Amino acid sequence: MNVSTPNSTAAFIAPDWKLPSRGRVGMFGLIAAESAIFTIFVVAYLFYIGKSISGPSPKDVLSVPVFYTVCLLSSSLTIHLAVAALQKGRRRAFSAWWLATIALGVTFLFGTASEWHRLIYQEGLTISTNLFGTTYYSLVGLHAFHVVVGLTCLSLVMAFALLGWVTHEHVYRVDVLSLYWHFVDSVWVVVFTVVYVIGR
Amino acid sequence: MTTNSIPWPGAGVAEPSVVDRLHGWVTTVDHKRLGILYIVYALTFLIIGGIEATIIRIQLIRPHADFVSPEVFNRMFTMHGTTMIFFMVMPILFGFGNYLIPLMIGARDMAFPRLNAFSFWLTAFGGLLLYFSLVGANGLYGAGNAPDVGWFAYAPLTSRAFSVGHSTDFWTLSIFVSGFGSIGVAINFIATILCMRCPGMTLAKMPLLGWMYLVTAGLVVLAVSPLSAAQIMLIIDRYLGGHFFDTQAGGSAVMWMHFFWVFGHPEVYILVLPAFGFASEIIPVFSRKPIFGYSVMVAATVAIGFISMSVWAHHMFTVGMGRALNTLFVFTTMAIAVPTGIKIFNWLGTMWGGKIEFKTPMLFCTGFIFQFLLAGLTGIMLGSAPFNWQLSNSYFVVAHFHYVIVGAIVFCIFAAIYYWYPKISGRMYNERLGQLHFWLFFIGFHLTFDFMHFVGLLGMPRRIYTYEPGRGWETLNLIVTIGVFFQAAAIIVMLVNLVWSYSRGEKAGADPWDAWTLEWSTSSPPPVYNFAAIPAVRSRRPLWDLKHPDNPDWRYEE
Repeated sequence: MNVSTPNSTAAFIAPDWKLPSRGRVGMFGLIAAESAIFTIFVVAYLFYIGKSISGPSPKDVLSVPVFYTVCLLSSSLTIHLAVAALQKGRRRAFSAWWLATIALGVTFLFGTASEWHRLIYQEGLTISTNLFGTTYYSLVGLHAFHVVVGLTCLSLVMAFALLGWVTHEHVYRVDVLSLYWHFVDSVWVVVFTVVYVIGR
Repeated sequence: MTTNSIPWPGAGVAEPSVVDRLHGWVTTVDHKRLGILYIVYALTFLIIGGIEATIIRIQLIRPHADFVSPEVFNRMFTMHGTTMIFFMVMPILFGFGNYLIPLMIGARDMAFPRLNAFSFWLTAFGGLLLYFSLVGANGLYGAGNAPDVGWFAYAPLTSRAFSVGHSTDFWTLSIFVSGFGSIGVAINFIATILCMRCPGMTLAKMPLLGWMYLVTAGLVVLAVSPLSAAQIMLIIDRYLGGHFFDTQAGGSAVMWMHFFWVFGHPEVYILVLPAFGFASEIIPVFSRKPIFGYSVMVAATVAIGFISMSVWAHHMFTVGMGRALNTLFVFTTMAIAVPTGIKIFNWLGTMWGGKIEFKTPMLFCTGFIFQFLLAGLTGIMLGSAPFNWQLSNSYFVVAHFHYVIVGAIVFCIFAAIYYWYPKISGRMYNERLGQLHFWLFFIGFHLTFDFMHFVGLLGMPRRIYTYEPGRGWETLNLIVTIGVFFQAAAIIVMLVNLVWSYSRGEKAGADPWDAWTLEWSTSSPPPVYNFAAIPAVRSRRPLWDLKHPDNPDWRYEE
């Protein structure tokens, strides 16, 4: 039998058939997967605290990166303001807040880089020195990698914005991207707590 | 080319050149073509993995056989396990999901078609990486070396000291790469199921297959990611001198076990839930009854999804986790038997009093219910820690998980292949050959895996390349190996059937089974846009409503 689509029942369907947006659902799926990856690294970090059989230990070499943490966390606020500005069609404000977000992200990354430089060249701690080195560089490095990915995406949007291509109709996509950035920021809260509060 | 549907053999359409057609397949983002690519890719690996299993069994056919060396034997069981799990069963399930879900929920494609293509090619690349180890593992020396660390690759066997060369690296990278393919396709499934359903199809009116894939995709996201994380750690250990699993430097080999099985056990449910989905679509159609207990089925699926995240350490009873943890994992393992049992009752309830037609798909589903029950029973035995201490690492375990993976999952996959073959190819398969496939495979399966239980109870450990005569294992091993040849013959019958029917089979028409879900409302094979007009549904069986306007389902649901 050659069946046509069962349209005959369409009349009964409420006209306000609405489903969640696939961009947001997809991004939340990605965030769930990334969270699972981070969870494993966090568990490994916590499990291996104090199990190193040689120095240096976290107490000796780590200092709390307060300034850079404030930078990263406030970038969540600036990206929110950027998206809100675009929502209202204020494209110049959008560009300004977006640029501020990138600047804060780069500052944070510089903080991680200078900490690593100090640890490697002054304290002699590398990824193969001891268990602390292995878990520290992989957890903080995994986060830094996500910051780099986030900054790459943000910079791409920035380039589009400078070319005048980002308009009010793109607010949805920009919003989905901002979800990722919020995730990168909130993971730092966990990493910070584990590495600099519990582990030190 | 991507805008054309799959050419219908003999339809008189002007045939594009081979290069154009190939280009069309390589660059496609159409969910149906990607589904077929997944399925063909998986069937290729089924043959490769099957050959490896055959080599293993020939080596064990009698004591002191020397068909292959111990080294090759280790590579064979490693490659067999890795291939079958990651490159056969997972891709074929993703393939069916890709093909069916948009059709079943009345959508024109997946939520992210390009991500879909990307995920497939990642998975394909992962499989190639694994097999490239045969030529590339020893690097410039050119003498190949497949991975030989077992499919769960316990530390410290994977450390550089014990695993020289690059074979383990190829294993790690192939799992890592295909893992991201799996995560990509899982996110796609979630977004498709949640955001692309046609008007009227609330979650409570979605075909059960959709629910099963939703839960499976959630499990992939939450379980495959830890595996990827563990692979990153392993690479750090092997290449950057890290100490995650290096016991000499305070690291822990047991950590790897935990990380692997946090993936490894949910993985079983990742594989079996889509199989449940197939059974839940096929059994009602061939029993001529709606599924029994739809909402309980959904609840059981979600419950399995949650509980399956908390049972992983029952793979580790012999590690010495201590009484408290052992007890905890015994209880969670027992708990998961409850929702699983509910499902079996539901399928039986669907068949009960139905007008059952034992076409090939239904035969496989019936075999599935029976074998899955037995697999569940041995699962309960192994889930109890004291029993597990006796039989861990024996052939009893091998028999148990093959009963799940072959007896349940692969049986359902065969059922799905026959059930949806008319939709995918536009042609009917040969029913006689289909029945022959079932009986050959059924006999071969039981010869192999029933007797594996006994040889395991008699104490034969898994992964030994040979054994001494006089332990009472000889006859049993011989029977086990004979079963393999029945199974191989059955697979050949299936492949012949599929290939032959593709050009010679009867034209199937849109709805050969008089079925009730939306994929049967469009032509076979479906056009590239799936539905000329997006359908709207009012019940779980939209085609029933259409065929029986005097007595539609929506009058009785809710």
